[in-house]
Amino acid sequence: MAVVFEKTKGLTDVPFSYCPGCTHGIIHRLVAEAMEELGVLDKAIGVASVGCSVFAYEFFNCDMQQAAHGRAPAVATGIKRVHPDKVVFTYQGDGDLAAIGTAEIVHAAARGEKITVIFVNNANYGMTGGQMAPTTLVGQRTTTTPYGRKPEVNGYPIRVSEMLSTLDGAAYIERVAVYDVKHIMQAKKAIKNAFLAQIQNKGFSLVEVLSTCPTNWGMTPVEALKWVKDHMEPYYPLGVYKNTLEEVK
Amino acid sequence: MAKVIFNEDLCKGCELCVNACPKKIIEMDLSKINTKGYHPATIKPENMDKCIACGFCAMMCPDVVITVIK
Repeated sequence: MAVVFEKTKGLTDVPFSYCPGCTHGIIHRLVAEAMEELGVLDKAIGVASVGCSVFAYEFFNCDMQQAAHGRAPAVATGIKRVHPDKVVFTYQGDGDLAAIGTAEIVHAAARGEKITVIFVNNANYGMTGGQMAPTTLVGQRTTTTPYGRKPEVNGYPIRVSEMLSTLDGAAYIERVAVYDVKHIMQAKKAIKNAFLAQIQNKGFSLVEVLSTCPTNWGMTPVEALKWVKDHMEPYYPLGVYKNTLEEVK
Repeated sequence: MAKVIFNEDLCKGCELCVNACPKKIIEMDLSKINTKGYHPATIKPENMDKCIACGFCAMMCPDVVITVIK
């Protein structure tokens, strides 16, 4: 009997602390599988952020560090500069990366730090109860925008991948989604390429993953996947925004 | 013959695997409640031979509940 699918060695046996149907779990698995397939598990160092993914250090089967809110790229910079032979990645949400951590992420990318960032965009602050985030769509209802996000009051959503791809230090930037199996496979390829950009010393790499938050969006997990496809994907187009890799696998 | 193994106590009943299955043979086991308090996903033994071992359920599962062998 051949094994078609089994749990990757890149994840520990600790059960995920996420809500039912939250795609954080899928993204964790993709990152772990990418590290296992590239053979870098024993030299990977992850930096967990603050938010729903705050316990990421419990789930990844590699060395982990916990950073202050938004400061994961700064911590990862320090780790990578002290240990240039290690593979360093951060795992951050949109409230962490695009709000309080904007300065850190922009300057880490501008400096071309050789780190990989997994950016999970679910269009709100999940852990604290669904408040508006910089990535919340115009018109989207959250607990702090109960009548929908209004640009004249709340401004416009930030497209992080497009913004960072204008910087010369960025080597690989791609936006992916995980709302069906096809996109999950593309997301895994993107994450592997981002790690390769770091391994090849090209510079900063980031993969933005459109994720769901069924609990705070007030939807079933299946409806939430459809919402990503119908509402988030048109505003946040998927694709490779920057690629300086020698060979695309 | 394909076999799908569910680590039932990790299942949170989100039904993403039910949605992903191309053969529509996965269902929630309403006769059981797991340690987390959910009805876990399952495939009835009589439906198991319809499984084509595509692994879509396992790839979609956010909690890595599913193992697929062939």
